[in-house]
Amino acid sequence: MAKSTNTWFREKILLGMTPRDYIISNVNVPNLIAAVFLSAGVGVMIYRLLFGLGPSTNLSDNYPWGFWIGFDILVGIALAAPGLALGTAVHLFGMKDYHHFVRPAILSSLLGYVFAVFALLFDLGRYYRIPYLIGYSWGFASILFLIGWHFFLYINICLIEWAPALFEWLNLRKLREFFTKMAIWATIFGVIIAGGHQSALGGLYLVVPGKLHPLWYSTLLPVFFLLSAIFAGISMVIFESTISHRVFKRQLKNFDQAQFDRRTIGLGKAAASALFVYFILKFFDIAHYNNWSYLNTPYGYWYLVEILGFVLFPALLFTHAAIRHKPNLVRWTGFLTALGVILNRLNVSIIAYNWYIPISQKYYPIWMEFALSLGVVTMLVLFYRFIVNRMAIMYEHPEYESAH
Amino acid sequence: MPISRREFLKRTVTIAGTSLLGSSTIAHAYQKGGPSIFSTGNTANEGNWKLYEKIEATLPEDRYGVLVDTTRCIGCRRCEWACNEWNKNPNRPIKEFEASVHQEKSVFDAVRRMHAGNFTVVNRFYSSRDGKPIYVKRQCMHCENPACLASCFVDAYRKSTAGPVLHLPHVCIGCRYCMLACPFDVPAYEYYEPLNPQITKCTLCYDRITREGGVPACVEICPAEVMRFGKISELIKLAHERITKNPGKYVDHIYGEHEVGGTSWLYLSSVPFDEIGMRTDIGKTPIPNMSKGFLFGVKMFEIVGAWPLVFGAYYAISKARKKHKSGHDTSPEEKGGSHGEKH
Repeated sequence: MAKSTNTWFREKILLGMTPRDYIISNVNVPNLIAAVFLSAGVGVMIYRLLFGLGPSTNLSDNYPWGFWIGFDILVGIALAAPGLALGTAVHLFGMKDYHHFVRPAILSSLLGYVFAVFALLFDLGRYYRIPYLIGYSWGFASILFLIGWHFFLYINICLIEWAPALFEWLNLRKLREFFTKMAIWATIFGVIIAGGHQSALGGLYLVVPGKLHPLWYSTLLPVFFLLSAIFAGISMVIFESTISHRVFKRQLKNFDQAQFDRRTIGLGKAAASALFVYFILKFFDIAHYNNWSYLNTPYGYWYLVEILGFVLFPALLFTHAAIRHKPNLVRWTGFLTALGVILNRLNVSIIAYNWYIPISQKYYPIWMEFALSLGVVTMLVLFYRFIVNRMAIMYEHPEYESAH
Repeated sequence: MPISRREFLKRTVTIAGTSLLGSSTIAHAYQKGGPSIFSTGNTANEGNWKLYEKIEATLPEDRYGVLVDTTRCIGCRRCEWACNEWNKNPNRPIKEFEASVHQEKSVFDAVRRMHAGNFTVVNRFYSSRDGKPIYVKRQCMHCENPACLASCFVDAYRKSTAGPVLHLPHVCIGCRYCMLACPFDVPAYEYYEPLNPQITKCTLCYDRITREGGVPACVEICPAEVMRFGKISELIKLAHERITKNPGKYVDHIYGEHEVGGTSWLYLSSVPFDEIGMRTDIGKTPIPNMSKGFLFGVKMFEIVGAWPLVFGAYYAISKARKKHKSGHDTSPEEKGGSHGEKH
């Protein structure tokens, strides 16, 4: 009995190696860097738990939300939208060509949400009370309540969508069949739920008309957040598939480069359309509020950097790359677009927030805030790699027929 | 109290072997605000919440508030002292508060805000009309339609029929969204409490004003009759009277009458309100209304709009299944072929 568990452990967890070989095979430079990031991150987590938010962050009564909300939640959730983007495309619009992008997308959404919530726990003062939100005290008038519940539901949805891969790995055929049948329903509800909370994250800032710079504040904030989450999601699919097709190449049998390039360009076209719509809406937004005069101020220049450099420019690049059939340009542009979304979320949550107070009094994160976020991102990447190395994420499991 | 807290922090941090880190964070903390930011273990909010549970249902439906006439304030800061005293916040001898107004270098040099250990502050501005100092007391405005209440995702705020907006610490998770939402930057947070940090704010002395003849601690101690406690409707009448009876003394505006839908604290001033540190660009719309439309839209979409999506998907699945079946019966090679193409 003990022996059989031992073999199971060796086959499933250690990839068929002995513990000794497994450890040796993992001593390399990337893992060493990851270990450094991890220990710094975990150290800060412990420090935060022991001493509170005051010593471990630069937060203050004027800046109740800082880098941990701005990056871990706003950026993290936007970049965890691949599940939303591809779920919609494949399951609702029937773009079956993209179906083998779906499993990696769902996995990155699942891990993205789980680790965003994990990071959030360190920002919450009384993190141990988080279950109150689900079953003890409900604030129905709050947008944050909507978001909290949607996170909870969406993580469950992602778990259901991911479950078939898990049960293929564990060789539990019946459970796998059950969850495969449920997956399509989960995807549909997932699209609704994800659309709801991606826009609600923008909706959070609807209540700060006096604190957020007029160029960023708009009643359309939820629409902007939803739209940018869509092109963020597509860009992340492009970005991730580029990396994972390189890193996990040996998992891909009869990999067709030309085919992959065509799909990448298709994704680029979709991202370009979303970017153009977003840009036009932003233009109308400025016109509607008659905010033109703000453009000729330091905040205005910064706004133009975001809108021209990280929205219009990538949109044009995507278009150019699609017309000229340049898959690598699409990949670089996907990276640029994701950077633009990061910039946008940090602008809304930190840089353009409390815009009227002098620069000297503005919030900036201290190293511990960066270290914790970096540690959490490292955990995410390690978990992603752990799962992809063991489960049928990048390919279809040979013993199971396709679900599509 | 603040000193011992600081000492405690310093010592523990040094013990942890990160003395470099420790000293720099303490320096930081001072930049973030005065020593009252170190305050922890506030009891006033919890006490008032317990009282609220007990007596709220028995209260008459009268809205109370305070009218502040900033032209009368002499900057003695006794209200700050009395507030700390009543709410058991860290306090100093009353003489130190009274002295500030005469000191060359004083707390008035910087515009302050409320922190974990103080629910009210008096700030100094200089009149654009005659250059004389104007002292302005700040505390929670107790909105008619409070942003903090609507923004709280665990429903940890209550609006009493008497006027006070109360925070219920027993459900608060510490997300600090209320601090973000508040247009007056009122709620403060115990950043230096690792395990049980609370939101703290003025309670309008709910525990005093619900007693017969009770007024808030700050109103009671004021030696210059700056503040007047009473029913809001009567206070607004009184304020208009003062404006019309003293032509030229006040600007013709009662701050708080319409701001963000009306507040329980009302202010009179001799200069435009933005010159004495009050936000005049916050509008008359209650902050909760800013997100109401969106919340309604999302709920409608999810409840009504979701169904066509679900049925559409069901249709798509059943169609795919039929195709799948027929594909199996007629040409399995075709299916296999399309699969090979996918990788």
